[in-house]
Amino acid sequence: MKRKIKVNFFIHAFLMLGAVTFILPLVWMVLTSFKTTAEATSVNPFVIFPSQWMWSNYAKVLEQNDVLLAYVNTIAMMLLRIVCSVSFSAISAYAFARLKFPGRNFLFGIVLFQMMVPVQIFVIPQYLMVDALGARNTIFALLFPGIVSAFGTFLLRQFFMGLPKELEEAAKLDGCSIGQIFFKVMLPLAKSGLVALTIFTALFAFKDLMWPLIVNTSSKAATLSSMLAKIEGAYSVNYPQLMAASVLAIWPMLTLYIVFQRKFIESVSTSGGKL
Amino acid sequence: MLRHTLKKRKYTKIIYNEWRWGYGMAAPTIIGLIILNIIPIFQTIYLSFFKSGDFGKGNIFVGFENYIKMFHDPQVWGATLNTILYTMIVVPVTLILAMIFAVLLNRKMRGKQIYRAIYFIPMAAAPAAITMVWKWLFNNNFGLINKLLSVFGLGAVDWINDPNVALISVAIIGIWSLVGYNMVLLLAGLQEIPKSYYEASSIDGAKPLRQFFFITLPLISPTLFFVIVTSVIQTMQVFDVIYMMVDVTSPAYDRVVSLVYLFYNNSFKYSNKGYGSAIVIFLLAIIMIITASQLKVQKKWVNYM
Repeated sequence: MKRKIKVNFFIHAFLMLGAVTFILPLVWMVLTSFKTTAEATSVNPFVIFPSQWMWSNYAKVLEQNDVLLAYVNTIAMMLLRIVCSVSFSAISAYAFARLKFPGRNFLFGIVLFQMMVPVQIFVIPQYLMVDALGARNTIFALLFPGIVSAFGTFLLRQFFMGLPKELEEAAKLDGCSIGQIFFKVMLPLAKSGLVALTIFTALFAFKDLMWPLIVNTSSKAATLSSMLAKIEGAYSVNYPQLMAASVLAIWPMLTLYIVFQRKFIESVSTSGGKL
Repeated sequence: MLRHTLKKRKYTKIIYNEWRWGYGMAAPTIIGLIILNIIPIFQTIYLSFFKSGDFGKGNIFVGFENYIKMFHDPQVWGATLNTILYTMIVVPVTLILAMIFAVLLNRKMRGKQIYRAIYFIPMAAAPAAITMVWKWLFNNNFGLINKLLSVFGLGAVDWINDPNVALISVAIIGIWSLVGYNMVLLLAGLQEIPKSYYEASSIDGAKPLRQFFFITLPLISPTLFFVIVTSVIQTMQVFDVIYMMVDVTSPAYDRVVSLVYLFYNNSFKYSNKGYGSAIVIFLLAIIMIITASQLKVQKKWVNYM
């Protein structure tokens, strides 16, 4: 018994150490963002809390950069990608899961193939297309590679295949068309799959750095991630302001995560996708 | 007779109806994928045989010149080595840590949900911001890590600009970002192992460590395999962290630059899309070879029930 308590103590100590490692960088980010430069760069390692909370760091970042526009751009990109890719994926996934038509396996092969290829191989042609459309530095450019999602189609197909067939058959006997069955019977049943895909799409869009850097070079069209990359180059020595910019960039998603933490984790563990 | 043909006609009508719906519903995704992904693959291959003028205009056909140049380019070989080294550090360390945390959390205990939620936090933060704070932690003069080292009387390490250290610093950020995600996947796999296996072996007197190697590991091997394959593919494509951490002018650049970073610089910074295309096709080839060999080796160690 005594030994068990001892073992438990060590396990908790180890897990706690892990937890500190994951939280500390974020805490340090917030603490630094409120310090003066002098305080942040003081040699004394035990200056942990700012002696006075410098909200002005945030004010300066907001003043010197188009942060609010970056919020608008990022949110617009996320919402548009969610609407487009989730709805297209759901519609097509149902066809692949339940309808029989010649060439179905071949067409689904295209979906699987896309998932296996590293995304960078699409980037140059996608850029050239956006450029040809004259759509650089627009929200449409941010949406562009995420209009459809092979991964989403794959995920929702798996999900539809796991649903019982009886309800569909009953609806068919009642004279529902295939479209009605999809919208009225299947879609409501697939809610948790749709939620998982929504979370995936949102996270993926939020974290993407290379695509916004390439297509939206104007600072008015940047996302939070690409804005940070630009700020980093611009004033790389003012650490408190850099940290303030980072806090401004991550707080919305972190807040969503803290509120819907269980949903986020469930989405990942049930679908085990690629992020 | 008439009735029979009528019935048949009705039946074929139903079938055609299903075909119509099938093609119609598959169309949005398939058309999108063809335009956004399938055609671009061929276009990238095509571009790799050209020397690009300004923004794809005035392309000059150069045959295999880009590939020949690439195989004689020490920077490409350096980047290949960096990418593989990075993967060889990040994937095993991440998996071992993720496995330890997953096993420790796969028990009845207090605070399980909280630990899980904390470990998963890096997934919800943008890599650009994460790298920014780590760069600050790694700072040579004022960074928290060197300050802590000095408390223990250890000398400062130039985490960011020392060519011998920078790749490790980048790998630390990669590991920190990936552990929680892999842990969640492994934990989901662990929860599917029936408790009775452990109970039965406990009665036979098996110690926890023995249980881990003879029950947990074999039974989790399919999940582990999936996690390894996806982690390797993902890690081989590393860009964000290195891009944010090391600038082209840094003395450590050549020792840290990854293939995707090199692809980005050549395609968009130096506007040489032909050379960039050749590099990305080289990356595709490497990833395909690694994945194919993993699929081959899996028979030796993955247990499908």
